[in-house]
Amino acid sequence: MSMLSHDVIIVGAGLAGMRAALEFAPGVDVAMISKVHPVRSHSGAAQGGVNAALHEDDSWENHAYDTVKGSDYLGDQDAIEIMCREAPSDIRQMEHWGVIFSRNDEERIAQRPFGGAGYPRTCYAADRTGHALLHAMYERVMRRGVKVYEEWFLLSLIMEDGECRGIVALDIPTGQVVSMRARAVVMATGGYGRVYRTSSNGLVNTGDGMAVCYEAGAPLMDMEFVQFHPTTLKSNGVLITEGSRGEGGTLINALGERFMKTYAPNAMELASRDVVSRAEQTEILEGRGVDGCVLLDLRHLGREKILERLPQIRELAIKFAGTDPIEVPIPVRPGAHYSMGGIKADFNGATPLPGLFAAGECSCVSVHGANRLGGNSLLETLVFGRRTGAFVNDYLVGRPMPSPADTHRVEQEKRLAEMVARPAGERGWALREELGTMMNRNVGVFRDRAGLEAAVTVAANVAERARRQWVMDKGKIFNTDLTEALELQHVTELARVIIAGALAREESRGAHFRKDFTTRDDAKWMRHTLAHPDPDGPKLSHAPVAFTRFEPKERTY
Amino acid sequence: MRIEIEIERSCPGEGQAARFQSFHVEVPRHATVLDTLMAVKNQEDGSVTFRRSCRSAICGSCAMRINGRSGLACDTQVEGELRRHGKLRIQPLAHMPVVRDLAVEIDPFWARVRAVQPWVERPREAEPSWPVEQETRMPQSAAEEMDDTSKCIMCMSCFSACEVAEVDTRFLGPAALAKAYRFVADPRDTNTQNRLATLNGGGGYWDCTRCNQCVEACPKDVKPMEAIVHLRREAIRAGFTGTIGSRHITDFLSIVRQEGRLNEGRMPMQMKGFNPFKLLPVLPLAWRMWRKGKLPLPWHWPIPGVSQVRRIMDRKGGARRKSFVVGKGDLK
Repeated sequence: MSMLSHDVIIVGAGLAGMRAALEFAPGVDVAMISKVHPVRSHSGAAQGGVNAALHEDDSWENHAYDTVKGSDYLGDQDAIEIMCREAPSDIRQMEHWGVIFSRNDEERIAQRPFGGAGYPRTCYAADRTGHALLHAMYERVMRRGVKVYEEWFLLSLIMEDGECRGIVALDIPTGQVVSMRARAVVMATGGYGRVYRTSSNGLVNTGDGMAVCYEAGAPLMDMEFVQFHPTTLKSNGVLITEGSRGEGGTLINALGERFMKTYAPNAMELASRDVVSRAEQTEILEGRGVDGCVLLDLRHLGREKILERLPQIRELAIKFAGTDPIEVPIPVRPGAHYSMGGIKADFNGATPLPGLFAAGECSCVSVHGANRLGGNSLLETLVFGRRTGAFVNDYLVGRPMPSPADTHRVEQEKRLAEMVARPAGERGWALREELGTMMNRNVGVFRDRAGLEAAVTVAANVAERARRQWVMDKGKIFNTDLTEALELQHVTELARVIIAGALAREESRGAHFRKDFTTRDDAKWMRHTLAHPDPDGPKLSHAPVAFTRFEPKERTY
Repeated sequence: MRIEIEIERSCPGEGQAARFQSFHVEVPRHATVLDTLMAVKNQEDGSVTFRRSCRSAICGSCAMRINGRSGLACDTQVEGELRRHGKLRIQPLAHMPVVRDLAVEIDPFWARVRAVQPWVERPREAEPSWPVEQETRMPQSAAEEMDDTSKCIMCMSCFSACEVAEVDTRFLGPAALAKAYRFVADPRDTNTQNRLATLNGGGGYWDCTRCNQCVEACPKDVKPMEAIVHLRREAIRAGFTGTIGSRHITDFLSIVRQEGRLNEGRMPMQMKGFNPFKLLPVLPLAWRMWRKGKLPLPWHWPIPGVSQVRRIMDRKGGARRKSFVVGKGDLK
């Protein structure tokens, strides 16, 4: 098959990718590829809201301070300032593009309190904000007629002379391996929550873009920082929005106590997510849990408020936990939720590899540092999706269309053929469960040296076995057994990077908590972790954190 | 518990016709249909093909027919299905060609969605420039008017359940029309007239038979059929009264106003006029009805309380309107 050719290829059609696509000048030939249809992207699962200092009494500086503090001073303050300053414009832009935000009495965009924030600055569309943003964004993409290759799976980057000249992808419905050349490639492939067994993330969140870029030589930054959301359902990890606590929901233990008073006497349930998750896990470990969970109590909000502000939450609780929050508290526990780390990128999306850009959860700019505030991830997709699109639009000027060799495609075709041809072996799902269970246990809310060292061994072992896994499906058309096998290779690779970072970082900061190093060590660890690929496992180096106006302080809520 | 699941499998691209295949798997008591399919794929046959992602009824990937009913696999409990139907039989969504097993081609569905121009359209001068200083003012009540339709996750269950889509390939279907109403109801949209005009023709809102299947199938309570009814009302209000559908409504109302009750005998003549050629197609039906003694006579006296009926109609007349007010913070 001949090589496809576009000025820009955006990999991933969630919020960040689509937002980037909308920034290009009309003459630029932009194409998106996504392994799922754009509205199936996981951006749509975001519930609670998106932050912006819209109100006169609030300011972007306050937002920036909350974000820096939330990041446990690991976020780059220059990038955070940009995000918080530009947030109001990006929110209003989305409003003009058709997002149906909930409104206040002044007919303006309503805002609710969220964890770790000093002001109610989270804009929302009931409790399906991500869904509202995602569908509105796709409406703009349809209006503009952006070409989307739906259900195409990224296999590799085309790297020649140290620069990115396109991608090789699998057209899932036909089974064809196709080369696509481009003058620039933007990654917007989302997070890696599915490295863990229990996660709020969709099954597609396997960090494919990160893994493929890492393999091609792009460094991954701060991967050890994985956010555990305090309120996910026990049965399947389905998310219960922080908005439920923002609206006044409380957390109680088996004794009926609001235990957050011990851990965060001021912010209580609205402390930062890492703080609340650790508090819950401590309660559970010390025997004050209820069947491995704590309870999220919404009853006092009353039927009317629950139905107006949290209708989806009620529906999810009824369907997946068998409890109606109007009548009884919902059992919840911490679950892997968000990847603070990702492909190292600057605030224009540029990665260290020429021709390669990244935005959204797959990137690490870093605005979230060691812990992301609720409502800042949707914001990141909007601000940095837009900035990356605009920057790449200019970057294209004078940059010729490359003519990469066909060998990249041939190589991938051969790789897939070998995977499918293998007549027997271990099944990928079993390996994935083994890896995920270990990650939950050893690389979860609490970590220590012994557990992490064991994790290194298990992950290396699973990675090795994953290379020989058995793809049962021998068909060409819509072979999801094959794509799942590829995803397994991605999550094992990323798991090794997470573990390496967590083992090296001998301190506790944000979402990374070491039982053997319980305090933050600014002298030694106020720096980013960079992971580079190496046959013997990830090689680590470090990068400084950018400071502007906020001096590191002890972090209490 | 150990359960049996029957899955309809096919791969037209490789010449494999549809057939049912049974699997037995062990699943927890509260397993969903999606959990069960994943157990089959993992433990029994890796080639069983279906789409899935979020597991929480928000991404819309895993819609399929479960014991004949279109819906999401991730929010359907196996236990309930077995209790109601005594079996678990899974098929791909209807009215769309199958790619493989439970994965159908999505292009036909999305082509219909694109046909309603599904985006907020505003004049160029209303497009904000960067930085965007103001949002549009809109009361919460206006947002709520769009609440049902904006919940749609485009899972295609309603399209699969639609009885018109089954016989009329032109019909845009419940999801696309619900989406159209979402923009008609949007105070920010300036394309309403054009949208209503486009959808007034064949394949549009008049082609729904109001069978309610879409409402029943929808996992997100979007109530597409209600949106279609709203579209019809907006169309008549906007002056699109030439279609049979709108004539049926307006003539129905005018007869009730005159006589205090529906006069079925008068409806065909009222709608089509006293044109014998136009009435010709109705005659065989009229003949059959007459032979069974069911042909209503077109002549009646108004019912005794007709003035009260008229009063009720006058009071009820106004439906919801766009409640948008241009506030001081608005863009030009």
